[in-house]
Amino acid sequence: MLRLDDVHAHYGMIHALRGVSLEVKKGQIVCLIGANGAGKSSTLMAVSGLLRPNAGRIVFEGDDLAEVPSHAIVERGISQVPEGRRIFSKLTVLENLEMGAYTRTGEDSIRQDLDWVFGLFPILAERRFQMGGTLSGGEQQMLAIGRALMARPRLLLMDEPSLGLAPKFVETIFEVIRQINTRGTAILLVEQNAHMALSIASRGYVMEAGRIVLEDDATSLMVNKDVQKAYLGG
Amino acid sequence: MLVQQLINGLTLGSVYALIALGYTMVYGIIELINFAHGEIYMLGAYMGIITFGLLTTLHLTFPTSGAALLIMMVMAMLFCGACGITIERLAYRPLRGASRLAPLISALGVSIFLQNFVMLAQGPRDKGFPHLFAGEGIDLFGSRISAIQMFIMATSVLMMAALQLLVHRTKIGKAMRATAQDMQMASLVGIDVDRVISATFLIGSALAGVAGIMVGMYYGLINFFIGYIAGIKAFTAAVLGGIGNIPGAMLGGLLLGLIEALGAGYISSEYKDVFAFAILVLVLIFRPSGLLGKDISRRV
Repeated sequence: MLRLDDVHAHYGMIHALRGVSLEVKKGQIVCLIGANGAGKSSTLMAVSGLLRPNAGRIVFEGDDLAEVPSHAIVERGISQVPEGRRIFSKLTVLENLEMGAYTRTGEDSIRQDLDWVFGLFPILAERRFQMGGTLSGGEQQMLAIGRALMARPRLLLMDEPSLGLAPKFVETIFEVIRQINTRGTAILLVEQNAHMALSIASRGYVMEAGRIVLEDDATSLMVNKDVQKAYLGG
Repeated sequence: MLVQQLINGLTLGSVYALIALGYTMVYGIIELINFAHGEIYMLGAYMGIITFGLLTTLHLTFPTSGAALLIMMVMAMLFCGACGITIERLAYRPLRGASRLAPLISALGVSIFLQNFVMLAQGPRDKGFPHLFAGEGIDLFGSRISAIQMFIMATSVLMMAALQLLVHRTKIGKAMRATAQDMQMASLVGIDVDRVISATFLIGSALAGVAGIMVGMYYGLINFFIGYIAGIKAFTAAVLGGIGNIPGAMLGGLLLGLIEALGAGYISSEYKDVFAFAILVLVLIFRPSGLLGKDISRRV
């Protein structure tokens, strides 16, 4: 479904991606783990078209995304829950969700998805007329996820959805990720919480300094000595 | 005397507000002070005269001058809107991602170009604006509020209400607010940011075009240089209200108009521009974020 072939990309002078190759198959959860600054977020930004590769190919459902503007990439079925949530703080919760469905037409199906998102996160329904900026961190994370789901993506990119959240919220978020996946949505998940991420993923990649250094089935990575030492706390 | 000055101030202020909206909307989205915006207003006034001339030469007669005025306003809005989009496309978009100074200088260049173009095409002398209002106006607490003044205030209020509806109720309006807050995130939800920016220039420029017609009618004379002072005044109004803030631009415009009129009435009319620019300086020193603006530190 999504394939990256030897992708290189720069942020100004910084060589952020130094030959990233990975694959997400239909309906899969794939997780990307690694230290801060390893290039995980850059990988997601490259898929979304906000960081353009200097070399290599990004192919989604058979099409090269190199020339596709980022807003059109959403239309093709890829949406993102970005690092730091980045909800529109001066738009209401409802307006944030409407913006998530910006590329779609068809009132009825949008309304259905809105109801589905409100079902996943009932607190958002309660706060639908509140400004996004007034929500707590956990609620903002739910809103960011809900907003990305409103695009009805076939591939969802998630960047650190559990970062900075209370343990109770972390469990909710992972439960929701599982539910989203059972609807057939493929997920490329970047996580600090490697243990949680590997436990729901079918495949995992480990990044270091802009490169993929290890890839395997999630269950094998869980028992891999190096991974345990570096990312699973021994 | 006081009531008369208040009426004059509100009339002038509502025009400043209309022009200030264009500054503030563009700044809100691409953080550019569009110094060519005053010239758009000037173009609107000229488009009014040109349209009126066309209607006259075509011997199109109207049951009322109101119909002619409506056509002039629509033409000015369309023409100015098209100019705004074109200017953004040619002079600002290629510089996106460059240093902040580059588009600013480009805007000054566009402003100088338009002034000189109009001077050459339409001549350097004042042109008379057609008289379209015969109305007497009404008396209010011993002061007179003329038909033109009522028309200017009513039209401005209508335009601002329409803008508020557009920005808060329509899909493109919500996309404009989203883009103003976080342009990258806007494209991550699928908003075509270039289209939103074009729409912003279209709307801001159309409002300036209407303002041009109204001021042309109010003073009866226009020339190629009217955009300069009006532009700086409207910019002051936008800064006073909080640049980037739409209700702020409306409030700033009205306040500036009132301050100018009261200053002109009670101190000296020769100093009326001094009041406007003294306010600009004072606001920039003591409250750079403006009356309704917030968190300017993040933007600077």
